[in-house]
Amino acid sequence: MRRWLIWLPFVAFAAVLWVVASGLLSPADRTVRSHLIDKPVPAITAPAMVAGKPGVSSATFASGGPRLLNVFASWCVPCIAEAPQLMALKRAGVRIEGVAIRDTPDAVRRFLSANGDPYATIGNDPASATQLALGSSGVPETFVIDGRGRIVMQHIGDIRADEVADILNAVREAAR
Amino acid sequence: MIAEFGLAALWLAAALSLLQLVMAAVGLRAGRGDIADAVRPVAIVGGVLTALSFAALIALFVRSDMSVRLVAQNSHSLKPMLYKVAGAWGNHEGSMLLWVTVLGLAGAGIAVAERRLDARTLTATLGGQAAIALGFFAFLLVASNPFARLDIAASDGLGLNPLLQDPGLAFHPPTLYFGYVGLSVAFSFAIGALVNRDVGPAFARAMRPWVLGAWIFLTIGITAGSYWAYYELGWGGWWFWDPVENASLMPWLAATALLHSVTVLATRDGLRAWTVMLAVVAFSMSMIGTFLVRSGILTSVHAFAVDPTRGSFILALLAIYIGGALALFALRIGTVRAGTTFELLSREGALVLNNLLLTVILGVVLIGTLYPIVASATGVQLSVGPPFFNAAAGPIALALMVVLAAGPLLRWRRDGWDALIGRMTAPIAATAFAFAAFVIFAPYRGPLPLAGLSLAVGVGVASVAPMWGRNLRRTPLFTWGMVVSHLGVAVALFGMAADSAFTRERLLAARPGQITDVGPFAVTFDGIKPALGPNWSGLEGRLSVVRGEGGRFVLRPQQRFFANPPTTTNEAAIATRIDGQLYAVLGQPDGAGRWQLRLWWKPFVTFIWLGGGLIALGGALSLIGRARREGRAAARAVWA
Repeated sequence: MRRWLIWLPFVAFAAVLWVVASGLLSPADRTVRSHLIDKPVPAITAPAMVAGKPGVSSATFASGGPRLLNVFASWCVPCIAEAPQLMALKRAGVRIEGVAIRDTPDAVRRFLSANGDPYATIGNDPASATQLALGSSGVPETFVIDGRGRIVMQHIGDIRADEVADILNAVREAAR
Repeated sequence: MIAEFGLAALWLAAALSLLQLVMAAVGLRAGRGDIADAVRPVAIVGGVLTALSFAALIALFVRSDMSVRLVAQNSHSLKPMLYKVAGAWGNHEGSMLLWVTVLGLAGAGIAVAERRLDARTLTATLGGQAAIALGFFAFLLVASNPFARLDIAASDGLGLNPLLQDPGLAFHPPTLYFGYVGLSVAFSFAIGALVNRDVGPAFARAMRPWVLGAWIFLTIGITAGSYWAYYELGWGGWWFWDPVENASLMPWLAATALLHSVTVLATRDGLRAWTVMLAVVAFSMSMIGTFLVRSGILTSVHAFAVDPTRGSFILALLAIYIGGALALFALRIGTVRAGTTFELLSREGALVLNNLLLTVILGVVLIGTLYPIVASATGVQLSVGPPFFNAAAGPIALALMVVLAAGPLLRWRRDGWDALIGRMTAPIAATAFAFAAFVIFAPYRGPLPLAGLSLAVGVGVASVAPMWGRNLRRTPLFTWGMVVSHLGVAVALFGMAADSAFTRERLLAARPGQITDVGPFAVTFDGIKPALGPNWSGLEGRLSVVRGEGGRFVLRPQQRFFANPPTTTNEAAIATRIDGQLYAVLGQPDGAGRWQLRLWWKPFVTFIWLGGGLIALGGALSLIGRARREGRAAARAVWA
């Protein structure tokens, strides 16, 4: 066997090591990119479920400025954690539409009185039909939608305190 | 107290492995036989201490000691006892402790059992074993202490992921670990042989039972893991080419190649360098697999905790051990004399071809597994899945089947084409017959399944061909082992090909009372009722099924809701028949009284795991056969 050939496994391993180390040092981008980005909000109809608040449908997004669509549930613990951030966004002047997943009106009312009510509308989605149409896999999830009804961002999981600014930026960006 | 005892035992064991390494190095360098002889007892005591440490961790889980962080994070006082015990290794820290425990016990095992190997090679081997252990001890004690206490004890634990609460899975990780770590022994033997420049049949014979044992555990682990994924995830598939699955497949491929080449070295004194290389590669694949799984560098359905510090630590260990071993190989292998040579058309030739093909498959799997990392470095997000792996590895695997059929029918050293074709008449005829039958009766199933089905029949016939004309009672057990394993490959191949060629699938939203058919079955959806288990509540669908004129039977697929941690799982209902499985999964309601149902009829799918079982059984027969023969040889040596 030729001398240099003997070092081939070592070199191959060094290459693998380099690949893996570079992968480790620059962690992979784990953002799940929605296929709905830059597409209009799909056809959804979630009827009203709480007195005094209209439901949510595709028509909701057809006109008006940019806004958030928040998919939540009264039975979801991260949604409670997220509530202060949504309230902060509301105070910053962001309009938030809500869709309650597999929920009941009573439970939603209790949830809102305990955690605050940031929602302009709340749609009822008892069988997750709206959630599936939006391509949302869990609660909570938040979509940023521009004035023409196009989805510009999908945020999976609860919005943390340090992420409020990102969401706000996305909404302002969408307003332009 | 128990936690502190466990931690103390772990520190002591770590200190002993450092001592073991130093003593082995000094013993070899200074030629001090007395110091080298003392390495054995140190290895034994170290193994016992790690075992005690692991026992302490199990005791903590059994007692649900919520002042220990690991217990509080992974257990729950209401969990069934089996899962409390299994919880000890169902998490990162515990599984790493299990890893070093098996490593320590393997080191002790070599020290106790190995009597025939050259003393210097043995000392070097134990030194190598200590060096590996030391790195993992450091990893445990610095970056993943399993015995850490909470400042304030938790009132109760967070529970174990319900997907993992399954009796089969409780023993899946330990089985794989026995396999991985068994390969570490082969690795250490290779290091020992390189350090001592002693690569020959004696070294191969000492290494073979460890390779065989590790390979048996890996085979069982992969087979069981595949069946677990099949019935627990409710996706109806049995292999997903997921990075974690690949992590267990790669060491198995390397171990399979090693198993065959070590036989050539042990019986014919050929393939010296190649066998040493494979021994290094096999354990390297185990470590790379562990790294890929533990670092979270690849996104996987096996969502383990992601922690870059731990990833960097394991990566450093990889660089040291694998890089060191490969450098040692390159520096030393030139001084190993070439072994005996052979003709291309011979048993050895077939084994070399087997090794090459297995290595190519290994390379394909490795590249496919790592490619997403390479791609993400260039800013592209992608995942590599079944379309790549099936297309790239499938044809090579089928070529390997041809070698598998012919190899055992070849003579050692040299053989002739005419003779081989004569011996292959029956298998070739069987393949051709099966091919014709499938083309006529089940056309349009795609080239790969068709080739797989026909080859499976041919390989099945060829695998038992070595038994023709032999006195079965006098055939050595290890020959039986080879035949059973090869037959297992044919059986598994038949199952895989039949599954992809003949599966019928039905997805529907069913109202109670609705009848649908899938394959030869008529399935009636009777309705839904609540169901209750020890730590879950759920919904249970009732399906009554009739096959042709046969009797009626009931399937009960469930959706289970676990409270700790809050999770929903799907329990597929599976009816096993001699010619396949009917598989039913209950999905979501549509809110209008209909329920989503997913039904599969999978002909001969059970053959996949039956084949896996046969492969492992063959390994076990071979191991027992070799052990008996070695035992008799040792006894003769004593009496001579």
